[in-house]
Amino acid sequence: MKKSLLYIGLCIFALNTGCNDKDFLNVPPSNVLQNEQLWNDEGLILSVLADLYDRYPDRQTDPNNGIPSMVTQTIDNWAEFARFDEAFASENGQYWRHSSREYNYVFPGMIVAGNIEITYWDYAYIRELNIFIDKCATSTKLKQEVKDRFIAEARYLRASVYFEEVKRVGGVPLILQPLEYDYKGDPAYLQHARAKESEIYDFVISEMDSIKKYVPASPVSKTRVTAGLAQATKIRAALYAGSIAKHGVTTPQVSLPGGEVGIPSSMAAKYYTTALQTAQELIGSGSYSLYKKNADNVTQNFVSLFIDKGANPEVIFAKDYKLQSGRVQPWTLWSQPRSNAEEQQGGRLNPSLNLVQSFELLDNSFAPLPVKTAGGDYIYYNDPQDLFANRDPRLAATVILPGTEFKDKKVDIWAGYIKKDGSIVTGSNFGAKAKLDGVNDVQVVGFDGPVNNLEFSAQTGFIVRKYMDPTVGSGRIGTQSEVWWIRYRYAEVLLNAAEAAFELGQAGVAADYINQVRERAGFKTPLTAAQITFGRIVHERKVELAFEGHEFWDMKRWRLAHIIWNGRNTDLTLTPGDETAVSTRVFGLWPYKIYDPGSPNNGKYVFKQILPGAVTAPHEFRLGNYYGFIMDDIRNNNPKIVKNPNQ
Amino acid sequence: MKTSSYYTLFVALGLLFASCKKDNYKAPSSTFSGRLVYQGEPINVGFNDVYFELWEPGWGKSSAIPMSVSQDGAFSALLFNGHYKVIIPASQGPFRSLSDKTTNTDTMLLTVSGNIKQDIEVMPYYMIRSPKFTTTGKELTATFRAEKIIKDVNARDIEKVALYVCKTQFVNPANSIKSKEVSAADIADPANISLQLTIPDVVPLQKTVFARVAIKIAGVEDMLYSPVQEINL
Repeated sequence: MKKSLLYIGLCIFALNTGCNDKDFLNVPPSNVLQNEQLWNDEGLILSVLADLYDRYPDRQTDPNNGIPSMVTQTIDNWAEFARFDEAFASENGQYWRHSSREYNYVFPGMIVAGNIEITYWDYAYIRELNIFIDKCATSTKLKQEVKDRFIAEARYLRASVYFEEVKRVGGVPLILQPLEYDYKGDPAYLQHARAKESEIYDFVISEMDSIKKYVPASPVSKTRVTAGLAQATKIRAALYAGSIAKHGVTTPQVSLPGGEVGIPSSMAAKYYTTALQTAQELIGSGSYSLYKKNADNVTQNFVSLFIDKGANPEVIFAKDYKLQSGRVQPWTLWSQPRSNAEEQQGGRLNPSLNLVQSFELLDNSFAPLPVKTAGGDYIYYNDPQDLFANRDPRLAATVILPGTEFKDKKVDIWAGYIKKDGSIVTGSNFGAKAKLDGVNDVQVVGFDGPVNNLEFSAQTGFIVRKYMDPTVGSGRIGTQSEVWWIRYRYAEVLLNAAEAAFELGQAGVAADYINQVRERAGFKTPLTAAQITFGRIVHERKVELAFEGHEFWDMKRWRLAHIIWNGRNTDLTLTPGDETAVSTRVFGLWPYKIYDPGSPNNGKYVFKQILPGAVTAPHEFRLGNYYGFIMDDIRNNNPKIVKNPNQ
Repeated sequence: MKTSSYYTLFVALGLLFASCKKDNYKAPSSTFSGRLVYQGEPINVGFNDVYFELWEPGWGKSSAIPMSVSQDGAFSALLFNGHYKVIIPASQGPFRSLSDKTTNTDTMLLTVSGNIKQDIEVMPYYMIRSPKFTTTGKELTATFRAEKIIKDVNARDIEKVALYVCKTQFVNPANSIKSKEVSAADIADPANISLQLTIPDVVPLQKTVFARVAIKIAGVEDMLYSPVQEINL
């Protein structure tokens, strides 16, 4: 007892005699970096910047970890490509894309915890970019040019976010400083009204002008900001603004009196001129050129354009991936043909017949695929590929067609046998076998399908090829692919220039730019100035930029979205070159083999146009979809925010 | 020992059953119902096309209660008793909302206490008068008169008229198995519009199909419909 008293006494004594030296308590933390440490170290700033780059608004994240995931078409979000009419989603969990008629008004937004889609309102990211810009400027130990480049890169990202905001919800509050609350109970000074739609575009354009001089002038990097990228972004922004000004006239309801939505048509020429002039500067600089490494095989050339990461002269800005680094993408895993898949899955993204038939013939004319004669009889083909003969070579480079190869193996896409009496013998699984004319166990369906409602089978008769990685292992869950996702490429710049020139009445200039892209694609006869119409421009972008996430934004800015996705149960158009043709449902084209021993047609292929079973509703893009719904909680927090029209 | 464990078990069971009530609010029980009408006649609209908003102020953060309008212009909702504001968004419906006489704005005040039935008067651009559906075999003919209601500066033209045939009573262009749309330029006399189509074979076989005629007004997204007509085949 006495002993323990002694110990207690000792303890109290020890506690009381702790030092009173101030320095002792002011230990710098060893697990958090201080402002002055971080902002004076080039390597540390670069890693902060890398995180900010990683959150560029096409990111796919786990939204439960705090950073919202974007609803957008990108290489690690295949299913979003099936949202409109480019493709069908061959996976059980994704058929809703073809059975729901209307798009939510918040679409396209971002996904937050609980997998809820909310308005794209990414001010958390904007705030971090603002803080970065502010703090980086306080750095004293960095070289001026290094500091300027970092700040310019953050400003590029900030402008990209505002560009994305204006595309999705129209004018938003333009916040260029980190805002701080003073805890005095009145947050009114933090509430900012929405800027005009044109002001946001003007901001993006002017930011690109001013950051250009601080970033490398030559294309030294494809994944960081360069002067070429600043110009390409400026062109895209100016073109978007110009087309909203010009084509917005057709939908006067899609505007707000304060200009938060809608751009006056008087500003169209100014924006188009900016776009064209900047494009001419970028084209004239010679920094980029079209990819032509396989000039003797135009189809292979167009395939390689997307998967060749070595000195690719066409790529301006890409999101890069690397094997065995944790940063790989599953595009090939998801959509690899089931017949030579490296896992028990694949075949997900099935391009639609709507898209396939828009690829024109080599004589520059449009025609549906010839599957039936004028008399209504089938046309018989020895090889399924023959149906697609004399089409734009980009078709075979964008889509895996029946009878073509992937990874040096022929795909096996055919839906069954058609007998002489017209009856069909088919099965319900990959490569299913059945009894055919007394012979047992005959394969009656291809190993890639198509079988209706069988996930991973090519339910439209096609599989996507663009961005598919032919490397061994690209289809394995444990390996996946390091093919990059191209955000900006030179061909888009040419098409942007062509569109701006056309809208400014310079059809000759437009023809020159569009012909460069078409010549590379494999067209021998250039288009004349008189042949350049608005429909031609729409069409060229549709086929050149398919599966690159452009279609939706293009249809929106041209105010065509509510016309082509009008909610009507319309059959597939017979005029694929018509830019206003309704395309509310995705169609497929199934090859069948003829079983008719003794007939010359025995073993030949015929094709049937079908509507996949999961396509049960036509898409309807309502006027209120042009600009996303700004949710009630945003407007409760800031009463100055006005609602978007038509919702 | 055995007894005590039984006691424990009973006490535990008792605790489980006697726990607090699930909810301390009663479910809403007052019905607010009515129709969108013009001079007492209901405005027929498309399925899931038109909605309006109820706001209940005084709860801090405000959020609208959406009210869907069914095909025959009717609506109903279960609400708590209280004071509400009714707003028909300007973009909704083939009509203009009238400004309210008490508030002089687009906002209508509504006090819910017990069940109430109240029609909302609106100003349609057009009315579909005397729609008639006649069949000879598979040939369906619909006739009606389009009466222009708004004739002042806010008047709008007809963009097209249409006849839709569906398998179910939800008749709209998305569900139609056959439709006929005629643009305004091809309408000779709005007082005597006639649309024909051939009803296709229905798979699986049905004894009846449903049809409606509709007017698409230029610059207005939601269409104006006739009442649903069941047609015997």
